[in-house]
Amino acid sequence: MNEITITIDGRTVQTQEGEYILNAARANGIFIPAICYLTRCSPTLACRICLVEADGKQVYACNAKAKQGMEITTTTPNIESERRAIMEVYDVNHPLECGVCDQSGECELQNYTLEMGVDQQTYAIKDTHKPAQDWGLIHYDPALCIMCERCITVCKDMIGDAALSTVARGSDPIEAAFKESMPKDAYAMWNKLNKSLISPNAGDTLDCTNCGECTSVCPVGALVSSDYQYTSNAWEHKQIPATCAHCSAGCQLSYDIKHTSVENPESKIYRVKNEWNYVSLCGAGRYGYDFENKNVTKDAVAFDAAIAAFKQADTIAFTSTITNEEALILQRLKEKFGYRLINEEARAFKSFLNAYSAVSGTSLYGGDLGEVHASDFVVSIGSALKTDNPNARFAMNNALSMNKGAGLYFHPINDPVIAGMSKSVTQFNHAPMMEEAALYLILDLFADKAAMPSSVSEYLAGFHSTKTVTVEETVDEKVTETVVKKVLNEETGVEEEVSEEVTKTVKKKVSKEVEVDENALFALLNAPAGFSDTLTKYLAKKERFSLMVGPDLYTHPNASNCARLVALIEKYTQFSVTMIPNLSNTLGVAMICDLDSERGSYTIGYNTAGNFTLSALGGGDLDMPALNQQEGTLTNIDKRVNPTNAALSFSGYVLNDIANALGLSSKYTVDYTAQLPKQAGFKATCFDALPNHYTNSGEEVRGYRLDIQTVTVDTDENVTPFDADKAINENVVYLANPVLQFSPFTAASHQLQENGGLYVSKTFMESNSWNEGDRVNVKTARGELSLNVIADGKIEGDIAYLPTFDTAINSEALFDGYRFACVSIQKV
Amino acid sequence: MHHEEVFTDRNVSEHSAYYYVDIENYPVTGWDKFKQVVKRAAKGELFVGLWVVMREMIKFDIHTVQYPKEKLPIGPRYRAVHKLLRLWESGYERCIGCGLCEKICISDCIRMDTRIDENSRKEVTEYSINLGRCIFCGYCAEVCPELAIVHGGRYENGSEQRAHFVIKDDMLTPLDLLTAGEQSEYPGFGAIIPGSDASVKKTPLAY
Repeated sequence: MNEITITIDGRTVQTQEGEYILNAARANGIFIPAICYLTRCSPTLACRICLVEADGKQVYACNAKAKQGMEITTTTPNIESERRAIMEVYDVNHPLECGVCDQSGECELQNYTLEMGVDQQTYAIKDTHKPAQDWGLIHYDPALCIMCERCITVCKDMIGDAALSTVARGSDPIEAAFKESMPKDAYAMWNKLNKSLISPNAGDTLDCTNCGECTSVCPVGALVSSDYQYTSNAWEHKQIPATCAHCSAGCQLSYDIKHTSVENPESKIYRVKNEWNYVSLCGAGRYGYDFENKNVTKDAVAFDAAIAAFKQADTIAFTSTITNEEALILQRLKEKFGYRLINEEARAFKSFLNAYSAVSGTSLYGGDLGEVHASDFVVSIGSALKTDNPNARFAMNNALSMNKGAGLYFHPINDPVIAGMSKSVTQFNHAPMMEEAALYLILDLFADKAAMPSSVSEYLAGFHSTKTVTVEETVDEKVTETVVKKVLNEETGVEEEVSEEVTKTVKKKVSKEVEVDENALFALLNAPAGFSDTLTKYLAKKERFSLMVGPDLYTHPNASNCARLVALIEKYTQFSVTMIPNLSNTLGVAMICDLDSERGSYTIGYNTAGNFTLSALGGGDLDMPALNQQEGTLTNIDKRVNPTNAALSFSGYVLNDIANALGLSSKYTVDYTAQLPKQAGFKATCFDALPNHYTNSGEEVRGYRLDIQTVTVDTDENVTPFDADKAINENVVYLANPVLQFSPFTAASHQLQENGGLYVSKTFMESNSWNEGDRVNVKTARGELSLNVIADGKIEGDIAYLPTFDTAINSEALFDGYRFACVSIQKV
Repeated sequence: MHHEEVFTDRNVSEHSAYYYVDIENYPVTGWDKFKQVVKRAAKGELFVGLWVVMREMIKFDIHTVQYPKEKLPIGPRYRAVHKLLRLWESGYERCIGCGLCEKICISDCIRMDTRIDENSRKEVTEYSINLGRCIFCGYCAEVCPELAIVHGGRYENGSEQRAHFVIKDDMLTPLDLLTAGEQSEYPGFGAIIPGSDASVKKTPLAY
């Protein structure tokens, strides 16, 4: 990409070659009206309002690329008349219900109607009957829809569900006289608008992962959250900038708060909003917002009991849904009183990181989701991507659809959502325990074999064999024939026969014996037939490679070998590597706390079981604030330390109060922000100095990034071979959550309340002749559970999974660390 | 002496409406002050006043308004405690819950709760005005697009606490009064300006 200079309205602007004019203008604070364009997605050309003049020619700013020296004018009299006509057309038959519309003034139709000075209407068409539709969490009112198609665009280019498309509106044709009388682009836009409406592909209702991003991008009130409908006006809300508490993506969002009702002045979160041009939320982030610990008061008796328990305890067990500051408090308590800190998933992640560092020489992985967005070849290994980290899935989908990318997805569970992303994505539904083989395959396909340790190269060479296959090929064959022609001899006037040689090309089928290379890893990983050809196609013109590795690897019995392989991939291939931390702040906890493996005799459980429990979910021995009631920082997958603010007040005791009572001294929890360990890459920045916003050019200005430290490396880069016999081929159960759930906190919010069970694919349910709600006994080597069967339409195949979000189901007890286990399922 | 006041000429002169009141000099010394007290006490001025009261009482011709039994009529545009009106024909509440009154209120004393009702319409479930904060500026009535919130004539705001509220039930026209035709339109802030139709341009319709 080259830096170029263009001129917009007389202002000289620096931008990248190939950047859209609209984005270049926006990045430099120049206003060009646009409705249908979404940053990071493909131009739709539905609204045509971004019309500008570039070098004397009218172009659409959203899809015209900037060229060196381009002179751009954003308004001319003709463009102004087009824009005004377009806005008039949008206003034709638009219901006059702005007073009750949920967009309540945050309406782009309203804004641009005023901006273009529409004060009277010229156009008219007979209206059609368009009843409102209920799509579950989402409500669609087609009467308000202006057909900008942003919902369709974001669903396809960003989310990857492609659950929406246009259907016929069934309206009258536009009066012929308008074609002559109205501006050209306005007519074309009206013509398109008049033909279509939005509709779910699944028929009457949506079949998708319910991220609700379509409601977020809707410029009018056509798509809104069903729960929010008519409950409040946007301007009544105070927006609390925060970081989503549910997964490691740590998306920026704002909690919209207002008093609960006329009677109750307590604040309540009404909805969640996001900067949809720069960050997309999943459904858990958007709908799982009211997980606060309600009605808590300062219970001095419980607090004294807690202090007594801390004095008695020798162990603190906790989960990673805590802030960095709380993690530091726990670490300080450990340093002072010698507590053992127990957090198994963070410890697994930490030892994975350490094993990785021993080969790579860096404390942290080099990639992030921004890098994935920019890639054109994305590989995911060891993660149920759509539920482990929805934003990682969005990033992969965005890369595939916007960069003409291709992708490989290695996971035992077949995921129709991944398959639906693009034609250029291949799923390897390998057996559990074969993750190392997948990592070896990446090394085999992409590594610089000469630079790699020879032992690895030799090991990989062992999987290759040459096979002779008979191929039928069509070959062009040149045939030379002698043709006799009659030519008139001009001198004599007599026809003479002349023989001439003519060369012809003839297509001929030839069967040929060819020696091909056979890669045994393909078969071991259940690659689809003909994958090597597919791969060749995928790899054409690819420049940026990204690898995402997930939690399946961290708890893998050979986790440290997996980590070393990941480091080798980062070192000897072009791949940038991103690791997906399990929970919201797993990375932060792993960087801050020294974690232990063995519990002592008396355990304090923080959001987890213990002899004395501190709980942000309620029902513990002492109530703690949930993450929407606390300020602090969370470390996300992008290695970014993001600030989050308290949306709701909390009147009970916090961990800092306990720490103060035990002898630490800090007025506020956030006083610890500046004290986060420097040697782990944190900076000595105080909480109030941390920014939390995006710039107009889309730059993420949130908190700060962890510094990556240099680590002393092992002298050898040895990795051990994998054992294909360890593969678990049948009766497998997985530990994962369904779409929209991450933890008990998501299930605590009123829109996402549900009970867990044994989740199985529809085909698996049919083949066992189970019905939804049937009771089954799920038995592994470590225990047994009696559960209801729940059908999950978003998985395929014969692997069932158990959730972790339902506190009534202790799924973890059935697993031996690793997320897969051998299982027997019996119907009761 | 009756003066016809010519307010255009405010110079004090023989011809103007203004004149000097003849006031004796104030007593300065203690003795003078004592004399004034004795003079006034002996004159029986107190009984003059008492007699006037007595005389008027005997006459039984009293001109004072018997508040709170009687109230003086107030101007139709007077801005006192709010009312919520109903539609004349259907009897539905005029308020659509748009929240503009809540937004424009400069003393932030209006609050409302809304929800989606069974007919998918926006329903105002509760509406309250804190009269202890209200300054009766009339902005809420002016901004209301439905002529739903208006000012009424009830001006008694005495209460035991500084904060006191009127809620929807207090303000909404009862249905029996509506059918009795006792709801009146408010001609003050927010009412339609006479001749408004002339300034509106008609939107073309394709029917």
